[in-house]
Amino acid sequence: MNSRFTSLYVTGGLFMLLFLIGSLQFDHFGSTRVLANLFTDNAFLAITAIGMTFVIISGGIDLSVGAVIALTGVACGVLIGEAGLHPLVVFPLVLIGGGLFGATMGALIHYYKLQPFIVTLAGMFLARGLATILSDKSVPIDHSFYDAVADFGTFLPGDAWVGASTLILALVVAGAVVLAHYSRLGGYIYALGGNAQSARLMGVPVARTTISIYAISGFLSALAGIVYSFYTFSGYSLAAVGMELDAIAAVVIGGTLLTGGSGYVIGTLIGVLIMGIIQTYISFDGTLNSWWTKIVIGLLLFAFIAMQRLLTARGNRGMAHA
Amino acid sequence: MNNLPPAAAKEQPVSPAGPRGLLPPLNGRYLWPLLGLVLLLAINLVLSPEFFQVKLVDGRLYGSLIDVLNRSAPVALLAIGMTLVIATGGIDLSVGATMAIAGAVCANMLVGGVDSIFLVVAGGMAIGILIGAVNGSLVSFLGIQPIVATLILMVAGRGIAQLINAGQIVTFQNEAFTFIGTGSVFGVPFPILLVLMVFAAIQLLMRKTALGLFVESVGCNAGASHYLGVNARAVKMMVYCIAGLCAALAGMIAAADIQGSDANNAGLWLELDAILAVVIGGASLMGGRFSLVLSLVGVLIIQCLSTTIIMSGVPPKYNLVIKSLVVVFVLLLQSPRFQAQMGALIALAKSKSNKSVGERAEA
Repeated sequence: MNSRFTSLYVTGGLFMLLFLIGSLQFDHFGSTRVLANLFTDNAFLAITAIGMTFVIISGGIDLSVGAVIALTGVACGVLIGEAGLHPLVVFPLVLIGGGLFGATMGALIHYYKLQPFIVTLAGMFLARGLATILSDKSVPIDHSFYDAVADFGTFLPGDAWVGASTLILALVVAGAVVLAHYSRLGGYIYALGGNAQSARLMGVPVARTTISIYAISGFLSALAGIVYSFYTFSGYSLAAVGMELDAIAAVVIGGTLLTGGSGYVIGTLIGVLIMGIIQTYISFDGTLNSWWTKIVIGLLLFAFIAMQRLLTARGNRGMAHA
Repeated sequence: MNNLPPAAAKEQPVSPAGPRGLLPPLNGRYLWPLLGLVLLLAINLVLSPEFFQVKLVDGRLYGSLIDVLNRSAPVALLAIGMTLVIATGGIDLSVGATMAIAGAVCANMLVGGVDSIFLVVAGGMAIGILIGAVNGSLVSFLGIQPIVATLILMVAGRGIAQLINAGQIVTFQNEAFTFIGTGSVFGVPFPILLVLMVFAAIQLLMRKTALGLFVESVGCNAGASHYLGVNARAVKMMVYCIAGLCAALAGMIAAADIQGSDANNAGLWLELDAILAVVIGGASLMGGRFSLVLSLVGVLIIQCLSTTIIMSGVPPKYNLVIKSLVVVFVLLLQSPRFQAQMGALIALAKSKSNKSVGERAEA
């Protein structure tokens, strides 16, 4: 077994184990339908978490993603519902807006040597604030295009619905894997997270890479915001509060090191699915309270981080106290 | 960090002669945050002179200023603990959840019939220290990155608080406990006094013993401190325990204020305000030098800002946007590169005006 993929195997194994436990315990748990719903319900989280994966691989963090989702949703609501624009005109606008938002944060982080944590925290306040200014009420989105999107899709055997959200997620995953492993920018991102100093000396264009990373995260958050509006048919400035933490947790459970330099997009996807399956399990059970989700995810986070420590401690034992 | 010494080296020759020389070099660190606060207060004075009026009604002080201080008490307590954690190069995301847990523990003790107020307060404080100890062990003994280690309890903590409250909002009637949130001594609201007491205690502990030095040395270079004989693990453990204790006190204020424990909303997002306050106070998230006074100034800036926005008649929905822009501006002011750019701009403007003066003189 290749040790590079150990944490990925563990994550995948855990997902299968949880699915197996659920299937043995409940009648309709082990079906393609539950599986397909996992993708549909968590598509927006997965898309955001994939953007977060790149940020974390590069050694940074992006706290603004949940707020960008809300801002995108409200912007869609206002532009489509109130200004009467066609969604296909609005979507490119908000996607570019999300990308530029991220790029600005990346530029602040790189050129002024500010901490990603604080810059993206300010970005979170700004995006939520802008969303509140646009509308402090929930804006319904009522457009024939949205109905068409909701109907678009196909049933797989076992009553499993594969809709537009799942297909968009599949495209994002494919694109992210290509970006991470078959593109020059992907190599730069891993190099930057592994050791920024060495990366600079090797000729990695640090400025361009940093700005691209946050732009990608902003763009994917905006895309997640659109997918989220498909899901809720509305835009609300308080939507997706705290989702940045879910995204970070999914990335960590997916086996990405928070110190940067190592991680996989597929791992993040499985991390999101694990969080989704815990929620599904709790709703199937019916007697457990929903806050158990939080506790279980906390325990999982701890288990995975402890495991990562054990895996990496072998490599650099002398660094333990640093 | 590696890039710190060259930046400092670059700064020094600039400060006596360059545009930064205009400022008293020693006070540079204290100047910007204090200037920000004075500016905000000045804006308030212009907007409404009664901002500074403090009245004594029924033996308790009232007024906007008192209100700002009183409301900022929970964040101020969090910021005191957070300052120490950040000084060691760490961060504590779990303090908001800790507030919820401490509030839940106290509320359930009161409802469960514990009569002694001291037991209830001690119970809350103990749970805070316990949570701090969990964070501290994850960081110092398992060597987990602080942001992740405390993320665990930030996520799970509210679940635990819900578990303690059995998913309900637990309310209580207890005058002695409510005093923590709404009482006053010699007219001064008790939360303000509590902040002052905690500040005094920690400031004495840090500055009159070597502990403060240890905290800063661990933040500058944990490895080097270890070789110098500083027990870096114990120092980190201690700061997370203090942060947990401060968060528990803040949680008790929040619970006493509403006479109940709301696990979902108690201290929600306050960890971010506390971190922001410490950063506005000029501390580096990389660790090292810290100042409790500056962190408290940062807290007051944040609280004054919200009050100013309300007083100035701007609709409250602009609150977050203005806050974020101010934060970015304050951060940029502290960035050496931005200072250099502004310095160059000022120098450019000066040389232009000098030139025009020179030309005039020649003519």
